[in-house]
Amino acid sequence: MRPSAFFLKPRSGSRIPVVRAKIREIFMPALSSTMTEGKIVSWIKSEGDVLSKGESVVVVESDKADMDVETFYDGILAAIVINEGETAPVGAAIGILAETEDEIAEAKAKATSQFSSATAPSAPKVEESPPAPKVDAPSPAVAAAPAPSTPGKVVATPYAKKLAKQHKVDIGKLVGTGPFGRITPEDVEKAAGIKPASKSIVAAPAAPVASSAPAAVPSKAPSSFTETPGSTVVPFTTMQAAVSKNMVESLSVPTFRVGYPIATDALDALYEKVKPKGVTMTALLAKAAAVALAQHPVVNATCKDGKSFTYNSSINIAVAVAINGGLITPVLQDADKLDLYLLSQKWKELVEKARAKQLQPNEYNSGTFTLSNLGMFGVDRFDAILPPGQGAIMAVGASKPAVLADKDGFFSVKNRMLVNVTADHRIIYGADLAAFLQTFSKIIENPESLTM
Amino acid sequence: MQASVSSLSISLPNSTFRSNIRFCGLRQQALGFQSVSQSQLNKSQRIRIVGRKSRLQKRLVSVSASDSDNGSPTKSFDYDLLIIGAGVGGHGAALHAVEKGLKTAIVEGDVVGGTCVNRGCVPSKALLAVSGRMRELQDEHHMKALGLQVAAAGYDRQAVADHASNLASKIRNNLTNSMKALGVDILTGFGTILGPQKVKYGKVGFPDNVITAKDIIIATGSVPFVPKGIEVDGKTVITSDHALKLEVVPDWVAIVGSGYIGLEFSDVYTALGSEVTFIEALDQLMPGFDPEIGKLAQRVLINPRKIDYHTGVFATKITPAKDGTPVIIELTDAKTKEPKGTLEVDVALIATGRAPFTKGLGLENINVETQRGFVPVDERMRVIDANRNLVPHLYCIGDANGKMMLAHAASAQGISVVEQVSGRDHVLNHLSIPAACFTHPEISMVGLTEPQAKEKAEKEGFEMSIAKTSFKANTKALAENEGEGLAKLIYRPDNGEILGVHIFGMHAADLIHEASNAIALGTRIQDIKFAVHAHPTLSEVLDELFKSAKVNASVTKPVSEPVAV
Repeated sequence: MRPSAFFLKPRSGSRIPVVRAKIREIFMPALSSTMTEGKIVSWIKSEGDVLSKGESVVVVESDKADMDVETFYDGILAAIVINEGETAPVGAAIGILAETEDEIAEAKAKATSQFSSATAPSAPKVEESPPAPKVDAPSPAVAAAPAPSTPGKVVATPYAKKLAKQHKVDIGKLVGTGPFGRITPEDVEKAAGIKPASKSIVAAPAAPVASSAPAAVPSKAPSSFTETPGSTVVPFTTMQAAVSKNMVESLSVPTFRVGYPIATDALDALYEKVKPKGVTMTALLAKAAAVALAQHPVVNATCKDGKSFTYNSSINIAVAVAINGGLITPVLQDADKLDLYLLSQKWKELVEKARAKQLQPNEYNSGTFTLSNLGMFGVDRFDAILPPGQGAIMAVGASKPAVLADKDGFFSVKNRMLVNVTADHRIIYGADLAAFLQTFSKIIENPESLTM
Repeated sequence: MQASVSSLSISLPNSTFRSNIRFCGLRQQALGFQSVSQSQLNKSQRIRIVGRKSRLQKRLVSVSASDSDNGSPTKSFDYDLLIIGAGVGGHGAALHAVEKGLKTAIVEGDVVGGTCVNRGCVPSKALLAVSGRMRELQDEHHMKALGLQVAAAGYDRQAVADHASNLASKIRNNLTNSMKALGVDILTGFGTILGPQKVKYGKVGFPDNVITAKDIIIATGSVPFVPKGIEVDGKTVITSDHALKLEVVPDWVAIVGSGYIGLEFSDVYTALGSEVTFIEALDQLMPGFDPEIGKLAQRVLINPRKIDYHTGVFATKITPAKDGTPVIIELTDAKTKEPKGTLEVDVALIATGRAPFTKGLGLENINVETQRGFVPVDERMRVIDANRNLVPHLYCIGDANGKMMLAHAASAQGISVVEQVSGRDHVLNHLSIPAACFTHPEISMVGLTEPQAKEKAEKEGFEMSIAKTSFKANTKALAENEGEGLAKLIYRPDNGEILGVHIFGMHAADLIHEASNAIALGTRIQDIKFAVHAHPTLSEVLDELFKSAKVNASVTKPVSEPVAV
C-alpha cells in the first residue's frame, strides 16, 4: 500500500457549522477513515492573521501523513486553542475564527473559558489582562528574586520554562531553588501544584550498591526465593511502588481492629428510593461515616509524630477505588457538610478523573478517614491496612440476609453487613472506636437523617 | 622491535584483523594484505631500516619487508608516497597505496587515528549508543505501547565514559597494527615541508629527520574552532574534545552552535539528564540541513525535549565558572550587534565548527598560502600555490582542505589521490558522499538540499521534482513503534537523475547508502525502482520513495540477465 501523496487539501473534511453569528470554530478534521486524533504540526497562520476562504491555516499530522487544513470561511484567526505539538481528538476545536476585528476579544475569551486546560487548578494564576497579546517568554522586568547574580533577571532552566508555559505559571514570580538561584522544573511544578511526573534520571554511584531501596525498610535484604519455573517477573509501576511503600510504612503503626454487625434493611430501602436521583451506596456510607465522625473527633485524628494528637478540622472521607493496574483513594472533602446529592455528584466526578488518571494530589492526599468496600464481591468481612497519615480505616462487607435471634428467642431473617475498623492505638482506644461504631450503626439503621 | 641489517626471514605478527577492521568509512585491505603476507613469508626479505640515525631504533619503528618488484622507490626518493597525518584520511590513503604497490610512510605527531578515532566519530558514537538506549528505556509511554514495563533506568557516568575511551583505544590499536602489518612506516613526529618532495619530521627535543618522497599528501585534519572572546578552561567551558571524555554530566549545558556536532551532544546530554540551551548565530537552527528536514528534526529532537534555544545571536564572551559563580555567557544580536542578555549555566560546550590544522606545515617554503587556514586545492586534491599554479607532487586531503569535512570524505579523497599517483586519473564526485547525524532518530543526506537543487535547476534550466515518504507507512518502523520519520527525494523528472536524498528516521545513517551508491554509479530512478527490497525492512521506505517518483524517461539499461529459479 502506497502512502497517499503529501499535502492533500481535503475538500470536505472539516465540518465547521455556524456556531453563533460571527465566531466560528476550526475543528480537527478527520483526514482518514481510521483517524481518531491528530497532532498539530505547525500553524501556518498566526493569531491575528487575516484568513481567506481556501487558505491553508494549519498543518495536521494524522496517522498516515501531514496535511494542510484550509479554512472554509473568511475571517481573522482570533485564537489558537491547540498549539503546535499538541494533540486533539477529531472534531475538537483547534482554533477560533472571528469574522471581524471586534469579535476577536470575544472569541479569545470563548477560547480560554471553554478550553482552558484543567492542569493547574491551584496555580497562582497571574495572567496579564486579556487584551494584551500573550507573552511567551518570562517577563524580565520583574521584582528581583533573591538571585545572587544579577537582580531583576530571571534565570530558569529550559524545562522549567516549558513547564511554566504549559501550566500557565508566571515564572517571573517564582523563587529559584536551583544552583545560583536558578528556577528549576521542580520549582515550577510546586507552584503549579503538580506532582513531578518524571522520575529524575538516577546516576547510580560506582559503588556496588546500585539503586537503593526506599527508606524504612528493615536491613534484612529480600531473601532470594528459588524461582518456580514458568514464573515471570514484572517490575512495579510507579503507582504500585507507591502502594507498596505505604503498606510497608504502616507496619510501624500499632493497630487494632473492631468489628460490628449492622442491620441494613432500612439502608437498602433508602437506597432504592434515592438511587434514581444519582445517589450511590458509596455516597450513603461516606455520609454516614462523616456524620458519625463529627460526633467522635478522635477517630478523625492522626498521630503524626508519635507523641501528639493531630485533630483535623475537616472530615475528608477517602474511598478506595480499584482502577486498572492499581488502587487510588479519591477524597470527598467536608463530607459531613455536603448533602447527599452533592456528595454523589462529587463522587462521580472524582471516579471519572481517577479512571482517566487526572486526579490532583489534593484530591487523593487529603483524606482523614478511609472507607473500603469489598461487598460487591460478596466478601462478608475483611481487615484493611491503615494508610499512613490517618487514624482509622473502615472495611465494609456485603449486606447479606442472616438469621437473627432476638432476646425473646424468636428468629427472623434480616439483611446484615459486617463492618470492621482498623485504628491507630496510639490515639484511638478501644472504647473510642466501639463508641464510634455504635453511633455509625445507629445512623445506618435510621438513615432518614442522611437525606437532610 | 629491533632489526638488524642482515637477511632474515621475518614472521609478521599474527594478525587477526584481516578483514574485520572498519573505521567510519575506511576501506579494508583484505585481499591486498593476504597477498603481501604470503609473498613475504616465502621469499627472502630485503630489510630496510627507516632513518639513518641510531636513535631511531628506540622508536616504534616497523620494519618494512617488501618485495623487490613491489615498492622499491623510484629514483632516489626514500618513499613513493609520504603522508603527513595518520588520521582517517591518511590511513585510507596509506592502505590503498600499499595495495597499489607504493612504498609508503606516514608521519604522525600525536596519536594514530587522529580526531575521528580519538576525539570524534568513535567516542561520540559510543556515547550516542548509550544515550539512545537510555532514552528508549525512559520513554515509559513508548515502552507501555509495546507492552513493556521497565523499572527506573540509571547509569554510571564513569562506566559510560570508559566505554567510549576503551573503544577509542581499541580502534586506535587496530588502525596502528593494520598499517604496521601492511608495511607502512609509521614515523613519529611533526612533519614540516621543507621544499618540493622533501619533508622533515621530529619530536620536540629530538633532532629532526629529513626524508624525500615522490608524492606528498597533507592530511593534518582539524581542531575545534573556538571563536574570539570565549575562554576555554576544559572543565566548565569545553569543546567536543573534552566533552567526549564525559568527565561530568552537567545539570544545564549551553551548546554554542546547532550543527550536527551540537545536535549530537544535545542528544547525549538530554538522555543523561541534562537540560540544554542552544545558541545559534544564524536565524535557523541546524542551518546545514535541508530546511524541511530541519523543521521536522526540530519538532522531534528539540521541542519535546528539555531544550530551548536562542537564534540569531552570538556568544560574544564566555567566562568559565569560578567558586560561587556559574558560567556566564554574554549574548549579542548577530545583525544589530546589540547586547541581548546573559545566560548562566553550569557548562558551555563550544561546537562552532572546526578549524584546519595547518600551522607549522612549512607551506610558506613552497609558496602556498592558506585561506582561513585551509589549504587550497583543485578537484583532484592537488595543492594550488599563491600564484594560482599547481604545486607538483603535493596533495591535500580531508579536513585540512575544507572541501567536505567528514572522515569518509577524507578517506575517499585519499584514495582518489593514490589512484592519480599510480597513473590513473580520478576525480571524486563529492555529491555522492553521504553524511549522517547520529541523533535519535538519525538524520542522513546525500547530494543537494532542496534550495540548492532549486538554484541549480534554475541556473541550468531543468525541472526539479520532489518525492516524499513517511516512515509511518513502513511496517518495520511501525513494529518498532518508531513511525516518526521522513524520506525525501529530489530528482530530475526528465531523465531520472537523483539530485539529493534526505532521510530522518530510525537507521537513517545506514539507509542512505542505497541512494549514495546510486548517485555514485549514475543509476537512474527508472532503473532502481525495479530493485527488490526485503520485507519487512526499513529499506522499503526508500523503495517507496523511488517508486513514487514520476520520471518521464524510460528504462535506460537492462537489468542483468535474469536467473531462472
